[in-house]
Amino acid sequence: MSAVAQTESALPMRRRSVTRRKAVDLLIKVLSWIGAWFGIAVMAFIVWEVVVRGAAALNWDFFTKSTPQDFTASAGAGMANAIVGTLVITGFAAAIGIPIGFLAGVYLAEFGRNGRLATSVRMIANVVMGVPSIIVGVFAFAIMVRPVGHYSGIAGAVALAFIMLPVMARTTEDILNLVPNELRESALAMGVPRWKVTLGVICKAARGGLITGATLAIVRVAGETAPLLFTALSSPYWLTGLFGPGGFFGGPTANLTKTIYDFAGSPYPYLQELAWGGALVIIIAVLGMNVLVRLVFQRGKKW
Amino acid sequence: MGTVDLDIRPGAEGPRGVAEATPRGRRGRFGDPIFRVLATACGLTVALGMFGLAAVLVYNSWPAITGLGTHVITTVAWSPTTGEYGALAALTGTFLSTLVAMVIAVPLALVIALLLVELVHPAVARVVGTAIEMLAAIPSIIFGMVGIFVIVPFMQDTFVPWVLSTPLGELPGIKPGETFQQGGVSIFTAGIVLAFMILPFITAVSRDVMAMVPQVTKEAGYGMGSTTWEVMHKISLRYANSGIVGAVFIGLGRALGETMAVAFLIGSVYDKLPTSLFDPGTSIASLIANTFSEATDEIQLSALIELGLILFLITVLFQIAAQFWLRRVQRSTGGRA
Repeated sequence: MSAVAQTESALPMRRRSVTRRKAVDLLIKVLSWIGAWFGIAVMAFIVWEVVVRGAAALNWDFFTKSTPQDFTASAGAGMANAIVGTLVITGFAAAIGIPIGFLAGVYLAEFGRNGRLATSVRMIANVVMGVPSIIVGVFAFAIMVRPVGHYSGIAGAVALAFIMLPVMARTTEDILNLVPNELRESALAMGVPRWKVTLGVICKAARGGLITGATLAIVRVAGETAPLLFTALSSPYWLTGLFGPGGFFGGPTANLTKTIYDFAGSPYPYLQELAWGGALVIIIAVLGMNVLVRLVFQRGKKW
Repeated sequence: MGTVDLDIRPGAEGPRGVAEATPRGRRGRFGDPIFRVLATACGLTVALGMFGLAAVLVYNSWPAITGLGTHVITTVAWSPTTGEYGALAALTGTFLSTLVAMVIAVPLALVIALLLVELVHPAVARVVGTAIEMLAAIPSIIFGMVGIFVIVPFMQDTFVPWVLSTPLGELPGIKPGETFQQGGVSIFTAGIVLAFMILPFITAVSRDVMAMVPQVTKEAGYGMGSTTWEVMHKISLRYANSGIVGAVFIGLGRALGETMAVAFLIGSVYDKLPTSLFDPGTSIASLIANTFSEATDEIQLSALIELGLILFLITVLFQIAAQFWLRRVQRSTGGRA
């Protein structure tokens, strides 16, 4: 009796009727289709809500006038100063984050490769990618705002650049790794210096992927709010230039996402309407760029 | 584009052609070390950035660490007027909202990954996969807005009253507590929205991990007469299980630190422990987001930065764990798919 039990338990498979196995299989298949459609439906639902609610707010004023200083206003204001501010902040962030991140990626792919240092850098970059963006905002506040005693657009840009770095480094590395080694070898065999091989041959061959990676990194931070909450803050005014209290380095800088956060949380319907308009602008920019680079640089994916 | 444009054909720069190799080579002797050092420095910048961040957080939270001791993580009172900063409610809210999100997102992500890897044609998988990935591209603030204007009214008017009218409504953890606000703005609502924010991350990683399972192993399973589900759960998932753990940790790390959507949806109850999922609460990230810029005294700011440090350490821990598990599956499948 015990011998039988032992044999039973040693057998990995239990006897199940074919009908039941097929039924379970079908159930799982149906569930996964439902799951996928549900995910897509949520995506479509969000876009739909933003488009329907945001479209009502988009008009000439929205793109030409600044955010209302009088919160009880019901017309005649826009988000133009915030849009400009977001573009400037994101531009500075890209100017800092893209070159450093790119070169870090070159280091990982071309120089460090599987060495101990490069492996650690890669691991840390992966970890930094998972650090919450609000923490980066706190960090930027501590090094850029607290010592000087005032908020500034550049503090926001530094926070966004910090978020961009590991993303840019890892995508650059992945893309450069796709370039066949023969190309490196043949260029080096021609007597071309290593740096020219990397920049002029490898990166040129991979430029589609690199542009896609950089664009996606920029777009990703352009929609960030948390890092700007206590760095760039927000402002009802236009940027007056780079320096001085109204400037990018000298004071709070209007930006779309923080303005949306403030307005969406306010009790005034007009401000909420402006917030939806801002959300629509962001979602068009973010999803539009995502789709665009995927379409345009599909060729770049051949390696 | 945007880089040095170099035509490597011999003679491309004029009739001298290869003869130019010597001066160019000499220039290269300077160019190469500079380029190498520059690239390495940038690589190190990325790595040192994390240690710099940690150091800055520790330095700025030192007054709270020494002044408040363990009060920050063990007490519930959060009151700038009395100078008490206990963030146990925020820790609880972070944990509970993440729990709700994981319970919804993990099974959903796994069945979607199964669909993408095993059930549909690769072309269909690419379209569906991209659509799901697009969820990750939507900024947090937009999830928050749709949440507060669309999901919250639905929860408040329809879902929560319905749940509370069933016998489930009497269970501890569901039965409304003293801070209950109709259930619209609540830990549960925040968790649901969080679930869809982390879904694309868990889906993408588990899809990649499942795709690493060698085709022959799966074919052997099919050859034995297994169904698709049997191949998936007895072969693919077993083969890839450490990778799935990695995927779950990545989602977990994201959910713990997600800020804007949660700040909109979780309510702002800083000084009471929630007793029900339908109670409002707060999370570490949303507490920082909502009170940081109004923090007037030194010790409050420092306490908030200490909370940031705690959140940082927790997420870093989960990310490292995720990397560890993902590396394991990579090694067992012999590298990339």
